[in-house]
Amino acid sequence: MYAAGIYMMLRRSLVKLIIGLILLGNGANLLIFLLGKIVKGQPPIIASSEKMLGELYADPVPQALILTAIVISFGLQAFAIILVKRAYKVVKTDDLDEMNATDEDL
Amino acid sequence: MNNPYIVLPVIFQLFIAVLLMFSWNSKNIQKLISVTGSLIALVISILLLVKVNTEGIQVMQAGGWAAPFGITFVADTFSSLLVLLTAIAGLAVSVYSVGSIRNARVKFGYFPIFHLLIMGLSGAFLTGDIFNLYVWFEIIIISSFVLLTIGGEKAQIEGAIKYVTMNLLASVIFLTAIAILYGLTGSLNMADLSLRVAKIENRGLVNVTAVLFLVGFGIKSAVFPLYFWLPASYHTPPPAISAIFGGLLTKVGVYALLRVFTLIFVPDAFLSTVIMVLAIFTILSGGIGALIQNNMRKVISYLIICHIGFMLAGLGVYSSLAIAGAIFYLVHDIVVKTNLFMVSGLIFKFKGTYSMRLLGSFYKEHPKLSLLMAIPLFSLVGIPPLSGFWGKLLILQGAIEQTNILVVVFVILGSFLTLFIITRMWSEVFWKDGPELPEKKHIKYFNALKPLKRRAMIGSILFLSLISLGIGFGAEWVMRLSIKIGENLMDPTQYIQAVLGN
Repeated sequence: MYAAGIYMMLRRSLVKLIIGLILLGNGANLLIFLLGKIVKGQPPIIASSEKMLGELYADPVPQALILTAIVISFGLQAFAIILVKRAYKVVKTDDLDEMNATDEDL
Repeated sequence: MNNPYIVLPVIFQLFIAVLLMFSWNSKNIQKLISVTGSLIALVISILLLVKVNTEGIQVMQAGGWAAPFGITFVADTFSSLLVLLTAIAGLAVSVYSVGSIRNARVKFGYFPIFHLLIMGLSGAFLTGDIFNLYVWFEIIIISSFVLLTIGGEKAQIEGAIKYVTMNLLASVIFLTAIAILYGLTGSLNMADLSLRVAKIENRGLVNVTAVLFLVGFGIKSAVFPLYFWLPASYHTPPPAISAIFGGLLTKVGVYALLRVFTLIFVPDAFLSTVIMVLAIFTILSGGIGALIQNNMRKVISYLIICHIGFMLAGLGVYSSLAIAGAIFYLVHDIVVKTNLFMVSGLIFKFKGTYSMRLLGSFYKEHPKLSLLMAIPLFSLVGIPPLSGFWGKLLILQGAIEQTNILVVVFVILGSFLTLFIITRMWSEVFWKDGPELPEKKHIKYFNALKPLKRRAMIGSILFLSLISLGIGFGAEWVMRLSIKIGENLMDPTQYIQAVLGN
């Protein structure tokens, strides 16, 4: 997913740039999930009679992290898509190589 | 030690932003709220710095969860000093915006988003949790995206595309680094990480993570070779927005680098060499880039890159004196860069252009203003006793102490480049006899503005110039503070003890 995302970002088309960003974001989310060491286990609730988690339990932190990351990346991607649409309207091209107005000497 | 008041600078900015949204339609009320709010925020952050300086590190555990489990906010001297600088720059830019931001932009919610940006910055400085830092970074970039594109001119949109892409990429890399770090240690609290990372045996993976952090923060703080988005976008929005970006956004990346590479990862020989080489190339490419530019704001953008290199060099030398120098320079740079962008905006209001070729004879027409503008320009060069001098002096002392000749040579070279660029700017814009410029219709010139707006613009520049003079003449106080911060950063046991509470 990382490779695909970076490949897409290196293309000149704006739409492919967005797709690349989305793929990269999802790749990072999956990575958090994997590195949180997936196990089949109990939910991490401590029974009232005990003080510590006894059996094998599923780590809830990566899930919370992914949830946050998904929400954030969703918002950012929505913004990026609107920005691209706007850019297409204003600049009238979706080719990144033709977006040079900022480098011109004013 | 649970002190909930340290998040006040963050919460208060959110409060102002919400308050501003209620008065969406009334421009004047928005301006009033923004300026008074920034003023109160300044007072709050001064109180915070005083408290931290007298009573030691303050900690807040969110929701009362003990340290390695919950989200922690930490105010040590370093973070509270930066929160104070954020508040200073925020106040100046808020006042400046009253004068310079067009009403159409205010209608699209310029002020609320501006305060959300300041909130994100304060939060990033105060947090003690690496994932929380990521969340604050996201708040910063989303509000900066909006500020950058608000108005929707062609150059702005194009600059924004580059800016958005690079920053999203940086966030993904940062997130990846956090994921690997969590997989390695099972913790997100920075103080806890500091202890656990030191114990890991798989040093290869730790170094890979460190490099991922370096790349992620490097993009944000515009380090060579990742800086290309900065000169492509910083000169496109209105000067008030460029001012807050140039003053603070890259510096939050530098803060994160300083924090992560002193607390969590202790750079080994390889990593310090990498940082040092990056610093040297950043100084060179920023300086040379500024030489060939003609647009005033682009010159300042490249100078930002050049001076990020100085701070990075301080980190690369890695002694408490050099880091103290980097911090002093950071303090000075936030004030001066913000001010320079505002100065360029004011010149634009008089002349209607940023091109140095077309500008000229500003000194002849406005001698008093020119003298005022000379203060930030020449303190950037670091002519003693102006503020830039002391930070460089500390970095050089640190580098000489470690017999790091390469850094000494390039920091001096970078200073000469800056000196040359600033003198060129001075002679082109202020001294040279400029051609008569044709009046442009779509620009509202300075003399056509209301007196209140004129005073707001000049007043904010005066305020920041006085602060940078203050840093220069009261250098002993700031220096003592930054040396203390440097020592605390090099020896994080105090920080860890305060957070974990044992």
